[in-house]
Amino acid sequence: MTQAVRFLLGDQPIELHDVDPTQTVLQWLRNDAGRRGSKEGCAEGDCGACTVVLGRVDDNDRMVYRAVNACILFMPTLDGCQLLTVEHLKTADGRLHPAQQAMVDCHGSQCGFCTPGFVMSLFALYLSEDRPSRQRINDVLAGNLCRCTGYHPIVNAASLMYDYDWQDPTLAKASETVACLVSMRRSDTLALTHGARRYFAPVDIAGLATAMADYPEATLLAGGTDVGLWVTKRHMTLDTVIYVGDVAELHGIKETDGAIEIGAAVTHSDAIGVLARHFPDFGELLRRFASTLIRNSSTVGGNIANGSPIGDSMPVLIALGARLTLRGPDGAREMPIEDYYIDYGKQDRRPGEFVERIRVPVLATDEHFRCYKISKRFDQDISAVCAAFKIRVEDGRVAAIRTGFGGVAATPKRAVSTEAALQGQPWNEATATAAEAVLAKEFSPLTDMRASEQYRRLVTSRLLRKFYIETTQPEARTRVLEDETEA
Amino acid sequence: MNEPTPKSNPSVRVAKPHDSARRHVSGEARYGDDIPEPRGILHVYARPAERAHARVTKMNLDAVRSAPNVAAVMSAADLDQTTNDIGPVFPGDKVFADKQVMFHGQALFAVAADSIENARRAAMRADIGYEDLPAILTIEEALEHNAKVAPTRHSPRGDSGAASPVAADNIEGARSAAMRADIGYEDLPAIFNVDALEDSAVVVPSKRWQRGDSAAAIAASPHRLSGRTKMGGQEHFYLEGQVAMAIPQEDGDMLVHSSTQHPSEVQHLVAKVLGVPDHAVTVENRRMGGAFGGKETQGAQFAVIAALLARQTGRAVKFRPDRDDDMIMTGKRHPFLIDYDVGFDDTGRISGIEVMQAVDCGYSPDLSHSIADRGMYHADNAYFLENVTITSHRCRTNKVSNTAFRGFGGPQGMVGMEHVIEEIARHLGRDPLEIRKRNLYGVTERNVTPYGMTVEDNVLHDLLPELEASSDYARRREAIRAWNADSPWLKKGMALTPVKFGISFTAKHLNQAGALVLVYQDGSVQLNHGGTEMGQGLHTKVAQVVAEVFGIDLDRVRITATNTGKVPNTSATAASAGSDLNGAAAYNAANKILDRLLPLIRDHFDVASQDKIEFRDNAVFAGERRLAGFAEVVKLAYMNRIQLSAAGFYATPKLEVNADGTGRPFYYFAYGAACTEVLIDTLTGEYRMTRVDILHDVGRSLNPAIDMGQIEGGFIQGAGWLTTEELCWDDAGRIQTHAPSTYKIPVCSDVPEQFNVKIYERGENIEQAVYRSKAVGEPPLMLSLSVLHAIKDALAAVNGYRYAAPLHAPATPEAVLLAIEAMRAPAPQPRQRRVAEEAE
Repeated sequence: MTQAVRFLLGDQPIELHDVDPTQTVLQWLRNDAGRRGSKEGCAEGDCGACTVVLGRVDDNDRMVYRAVNACILFMPTLDGCQLLTVEHLKTADGRLHPAQQAMVDCHGSQCGFCTPGFVMSLFALYLSEDRPSRQRINDVLAGNLCRCTGYHPIVNAASLMYDYDWQDPTLAKASETVACLVSMRRSDTLALTHGARRYFAPVDIAGLATAMADYPEATLLAGGTDVGLWVTKRHMTLDTVIYVGDVAELHGIKETDGAIEIGAAVTHSDAIGVLARHFPDFGELLRRFASTLIRNSSTVGGNIANGSPIGDSMPVLIALGARLTLRGPDGAREMPIEDYYIDYGKQDRRPGEFVERIRVPVLATDEHFRCYKISKRFDQDISAVCAAFKIRVEDGRVAAIRTGFGGVAATPKRAVSTEAALQGQPWNEATATAAEAVLAKEFSPLTDMRASEQYRRLVTSRLLRKFYIETTQPEARTRVLEDETEA
Repeated sequence: MNEPTPKSNPSVRVAKPHDSARRHVSGEARYGDDIPEPRGILHVYARPAERAHARVTKMNLDAVRSAPNVAAVMSAADLDQTTNDIGPVFPGDKVFADKQVMFHGQALFAVAADSIENARRAAMRADIGYEDLPAILTIEEALEHNAKVAPTRHSPRGDSGAASPVAADNIEGARSAAMRADIGYEDLPAIFNVDALEDSAVVVPSKRWQRGDSAAAIAASPHRLSGRTKMGGQEHFYLEGQVAMAIPQEDGDMLVHSSTQHPSEVQHLVAKVLGVPDHAVTVENRRMGGAFGGKETQGAQFAVIAALLARQTGRAVKFRPDRDDDMIMTGKRHPFLIDYDVGFDDTGRISGIEVMQAVDCGYSPDLSHSIADRGMYHADNAYFLENVTITSHRCRTNKVSNTAFRGFGGPQGMVGMEHVIEEIARHLGRDPLEIRKRNLYGVTERNVTPYGMTVEDNVLHDLLPELEASSDYARRREAIRAWNADSPWLKKGMALTPVKFGISFTAKHLNQAGALVLVYQDGSVQLNHGGTEMGQGLHTKVAQVVAEVFGIDLDRVRITATNTGKVPNTSATAASAGSDLNGAAAYNAANKILDRLLPLIRDHFDVASQDKIEFRDNAVFAGERRLAGFAEVVKLAYMNRIQLSAAGFYATPKLEVNADGTGRPFYYFAYGAACTEVLIDTLTGEYRMTRVDILHDVGRSLNPAIDMGQIEGGFIQGAGWLTTEELCWDDAGRIQTHAPSTYKIPVCSDVPEQFNVKIYERGENIEQAVYRSKAVGEPPLMLSLSVLHAIKDALAAVNGYRYAAPLHAPATPEAVLLAIEAMRAPAPQPRQRRVAEEAE
């Protein structure tokens, strides 16, 4: 077993022993590495002031650069990665990177505290994509908050940065970096101890099973976009952490006849393409799911396994009829995803079991699917209500209906009574109205800071109305995010 | 100040980048938490109270003191009445809760330990007991309580003056009930008494201004409306949280690095709690990562606690609350509840109006008196109110003490006025813009404010039509009506609203500033002034002024950290007045040096007259004759024993404020207008801005790039306040929105794709502000009122523009959907209109 965390800080190999398994990358950078360019704005992955770029080697031995939140990223998860911080960008002779120069030239900084984070998001964009659209820029920057500028100059900088004559040193060295990172690759479990606390990062399912058998009470860590907050916000001490992100079998997306299979450790950023292709509305929802910075870390399996009543992927997967595979000491078992959620904070996961993959059936040609995310802010906000509907209409009647809802109960749920009220009925105004009334009473949502019970009930039923309109009046204008801008 | 005009190759009126821009983008700009810590530094955690209002029956800290790695613990027991109080003007703002907890999250005690984790862990070991007291959590409850503890002497309407929260099954019911309520408040008796403060219903006394006979004017009007509007507070969400590091010096002196807009006040308060003269404390700040008013007074508590613990331990101490603690422990924008009663004619012209502003001050005075005053000063926005009564109640609630926030009460006052305009317009079936124009201040008549100041610089008669044309208002108004008729589920709305904002501190004595200009023998210049840099580009602008006076390149002028040891007795960098005050002080300082150089140059270079000597292009000229480079002249001056440094001072002229706040509180006004279009979803309440056009007056801009940044940033920040930024408290008085996961400021995609922002080209300050520029920090925030009214316009489309939308701010999707439901209901009975005879 390997007992040190090894990564590249820029071009410099770093090997750390006795790492605190839940020390964040931001804490390490600021307190141990003397790099204070990355800032702490919230310590929960919501403001982006801590943004750094992680370089990883993909399956084709190419570097992939992704911007992530350093404030909730645990140090040992850097193992085998290249870590790039804002200090990396300016050249030795004092020239600014285009992402930096464009920010200066567009007057994109005022107080400057969020600026290193924006620069790093722009830097990742510069390394990965050429001349993105305004929409894409908005998406890439959704996880970076600025309170001064009103964003306009920053958006301009995101376009202008491609206009400079620049040979990017990071890209120029990419093949060297690949070689270096490949040489760091482990074929065994990374096992760290720090006082009485432990961290394991197995590389295959066998190793994962061993670690889980040895430490059945361990916290399973995937993207860390929730578990990270247990440490930074709830100030919990995690005694044993088992990281599933390096487990080879939990990666990969397979498109088979009639279904998409996604490994539990696949990030949302990696999953969004295939899901958007099959289910455009799901793609739109995932575009608004957290932020690019979070989606670069957060995993499909993590969101599902976590079991939050306000997670956004589950209502959609429930409506789509997705099935979950769990693997444990007694082998694998499969279940409809809705059966996994028993009660608030309680899922059907037995000791030693982990979420292995999710299987999502593609739509039949006569099926209609829509999903909706309702939040105070469009981007990077947790839903007040999330709703998804899949319907098959035959001869004007509802032949099949599946729904999924989030934010209205202790777990993600189907609206069983509403589905019953729709099943077999003519898909018309009267049925929709009747079903709306059933749906308005089906759940007993809570009032909290995201929405009142009244609004949650009301908007849930209005979303069924919207689904009816969109499936029966395709020409109707129903989406504020899609409609034309000028009167 | 003489009339300065820029030179041929000027440093002012040009779009220079922010002086720290390169350091911002490279991560080299240093903020409070980035300063290298002295060895052995301690970190502080303050334990928050877990009650909104309670007596502390027990607070045993033994287990805290004995916890591992704890160096010191401090609570109110270690301080006396005076030293535990850091109220900036009036007493009442506590360092630590003293026997009585006044809000959920108030600091009970502070622990210094070797790490923040150890300090927090230790603090959790305290044994604390409470005895709950009744808590007041809303303005409505405060008004009710107000009426109980200080019954109104009489009501102008002749019936009970007690207001109560309006509860009904739906918004429309609540709305019509609120409309029917006949609310009248009179001045409260003088109950302001420091000893009884915590039991009184207001934090400072109420205030009223009257001009003319508003009651008679309303009664005589052909139309009369009354109603209520409310708006929420706003969290500053500066990206850099509060932070202070105190480093003990020799002989009991203290150096404090503080993220503050007001170093002089932090200096004074630290000296006060330490019991040392002000001269023993130095406060320094190079820059803040945003402030927006949230570091005008709120930084003091952190600096004071750090300094107290530093003195006790003899070690450096840093206090940096995390984001949650910061949002729990520090004040926010004041929520307002505004009742109005207005009379007007068939054209919408207002003949009489009575406005009651109830202000949620939180638990203590802080700056609430001035903020509430500014709410009154802006109750008119840009409109002439002939017969007017404005009443302001400064209510105490058991919440964190609300504080300065960009606009400082002005935005709230203006929201009230624009709401009245909207109601009048819908009542008369006219476009709100028509009503706005009908009531604008005149240029030479109808131009005296309710507080008696003549508006001499009104540019709205020129600016508004220009924006109306550039935004294509009339055509789009028609197009939107047509579009809406054809779109059952989505609706568009548009509104064009003006801004008039008074510039100066309304406390006259604060309108002063100092600067220190040091010229070195190589001709490089170091500049220090009393203002602080929070991102607004103040340092850049002031450096431009100095570079312009000396005729040297901007990079020859180095701005250093704001430091109480260099410029004393400064005012907070606030009230948008930073460049006006500090720019003028630096101008005066630089000119003092110039005045010393001129005779030398005249004699040395044999120039006929001093008047011919010019400083430009890094050199000194006599007409076209280049005499010498700037550095050479400086060296010459040194050799001739001429002082090359100067302190400059500036005090804003013309201000006269009476004891009741009337008079001329403002040097001038800043103006602007915005036209916003929105698209709303009537099924969900979601909406977005689709187009925004802005025209804003900054006089002759010192730096158009920086001013554009203030205009755009201010607008977006204001839009956040009025839309998605919702502060929530639970029934126990706990704030629920204390992190960006729950408190939603605008993000990139909230910026409209069509965002046409222009500086008003004909703008020129008629007063002699520095280079005829105008203040720009706060005024643009209020351009965002157009967003709220565009949403209301879209809502009005739901019922054919028959009546105004019952929409308070923030207009979250929830608020919008509930308003839509109310609009879809049958028209409310009775309608707001009341005939005059009913009133008295």
